[in-house]
Amino acid sequence: MNANDTLIPHIGVVTDIRIDTPDVKTFRVNAINADGTVGGKVFEHMPGQCAMLSIPGVGEAMFSITSSPTNKEFMEFSIKKCGCLTNWLHAMDVGQQITIRGPYGNAFPVETELKGKDLLFIAGGIGLAPLRSVINYVRDNRANYGDVQIVYGSRSMDDLVDYKEIIDEWMTDDGIEVNLTIDREQEGWDGHVGFVPNYVKELNPSLNKTVLICGPPIMIKFTLNGLKELGFTETQVYTTMELRMKCGVGKCGRCNIGNKYVCKDGPVFRFDELGELPDEY
Amino acid sequence: MLRIAIDKIDSLFDAIAEKQTLYIPVDREDGAAEYKKYESGMKMSNSLNTLRSAKDFFFPQTENLVEFKMEGKQIEVKDIREESEDFVIFGVRACDARSFSILDKVYLVDPVDSFYKNRRDHGVVVSMACTRPAETCFCSAFGIDPTAPEGDVSCWNDGSYIYFEANTEKGKAFVDSISSLLEDGDASSLENVKAETKRILSLLPLSNLSTDSFGGDKLNEYFNSEKWAELSESCIGCGTCTFVCPTCQCYDIKDFNTGNGIKRFRCWDSCMYSDFTKMAHGNPRISQLERFRQRFMHKLVYFPANNNGEFGCVGCGRCLSKCPISMNIVKVMKALEVK
Repeated sequence: MNANDTLIPHIGVVTDIRIDTPDVKTFRVNAINADGTVGGKVFEHMPGQCAMLSIPGVGEAMFSITSSPTNKEFMEFSIKKCGCLTNWLHAMDVGQQITIRGPYGNAFPVETELKGKDLLFIAGGIGLAPLRSVINYVRDNRANYGDVQIVYGSRSMDDLVDYKEIIDEWMTDDGIEVNLTIDREQEGWDGHVGFVPNYVKELNPSLNKTVLICGPPIMIKFTLNGLKELGFTETQVYTTMELRMKCGVGKCGRCNIGNKYVCKDGPVFRFDELGELPDEY
Repeated sequence: MLRIAIDKIDSLFDAIAEKQTLYIPVDREDGAAEYKKYESGMKMSNSLNTLRSAKDFFFPQTENLVEFKMEGKQIEVKDIREESEDFVIFGVRACDARSFSILDKVYLVDPVDSFYKNRRDHGVVVSMACTRPAETCFCSAFGIDPTAPEGDVSCWNDGSYIYFEANTEKGKAFVDSISSLLEDGDASSLENVKAETKRILSLLPLSNLSTDSFGGDKLNEYFNSEKWAELSESCIGCGTCTFVCPTCQCYDIKDFNTGNGIKRFRCWDSCMYSDFTKMAHGNPRISQLERFRQRFMHKLVYFPANNNGEFGCVGCGRCLSKCPISMNIVKVMKALEVK
């Protein structure tokens, strides 16, 4: 009985809260060290992996870890307000302790299949959260990857998550092309206007790119169809899934798509793998 | 083979219960059997099986996982796990005995569920061969021999004696601990008992049920079957089938504020319920058809796909007798099977 059990969580401390959009905040989480000081990470992870965050008595839910594992100082979670727990998280102040367990699931294959490849990231809304982990991992290991293109869209200018980081850091990096879009015309916005799937088709990215997509299910679906029309194959496109979860380790039985558990066998799937599973997500 | 005369079984139960907690199936007033903690004077039920399955011993309907103390912005995690006491479950039938090895494939694979393992390590399963299988029985379809039940110790009853055979180290230790009450005797009468049980089995209505059409390689074929609509039409989503099922293993995690801290519970859940997969942005299983399909696909296709072909059903028949609309896995198998 001495062994740790994954269902018994650790404590993390929220050390910074950044307001990204009217309904998205990014929370910085640090560990409490043995000597009582606050700093460092509760555990290590790979880009694409998730963690169970909870406020006991309020709820527990799975969130993608948006910070890159190359960040040695802290973990970050970009969370959209859309339920009991996320409402509570949005209302809390810096210094609040939370429970955290993980990391759960597989990761984007940054050290295998993605290595040496030209990468195309396509995100919609809060769907940037899991991809940001990969983008910053690639930026910190720049020599291991080819050209990087990021297509990111949101409802409006105010709904773009990580906007400051995109402008100040990603756009100023060599070898990174960032294409932003918003759904409708807006005062003060002179960039592209239109939905992500159409924008991707307009941009006509080169077919040698490996693609990573995350966003609302409908955006993923239309973007994938668009990519196929351009000539991309399912084997070069990855996505990350989200279904209701309780345990995080493939035992509570609710996040399966066919015989695969999203928490354990996913959340990252290549589209040819996903295509073999029943259409129930 | 080691045996004890049936009229001395009470003294055996008394002796076991003196050393550790013993559970035996007993008859309730309404005639249904259930496992009870043995107290001197209790009579073992002669029923074929208990109303609820024996999974409760290792995977209880509710349990406390962890507790929290909340103070201002601070949270204290209290690991309340305790080493389980040793216990014995007597009279487990072959179907339920097999269900433990199915649950093991979920809860003992990495990362091991320490709550389940703790009870598994401390529980001795003493199984009892069936002599009067019922019309709802179909364990044979899943490769289970009710005359040779699994477990740490297997027992047979020939009407006069109960015979014991240990199958595991834990079982051997248990039989050794009661050996002073057992005698070594001739077990040849058991051959007739087993033959008679098999004869009854062959006459039962579900004796021809076949699993040949099912398995892990039939994923999309069965998922996309048009028959689910008709099969699920009457399902009221009560979840009774999942609660009486010895292999249903899904759970929910919920917090309860005691007023003096937070208790985090784990409790059985059911894929038959609409909120099982409901999320802020929608529900991938929108109607009872998808929920109904999930339960049977899991047992007949998904579980075998992940476990070398082993099915997630043991043919105990509880869902056949308890479903309020008389729908069950046998009807589903017969409707879907390729003849």
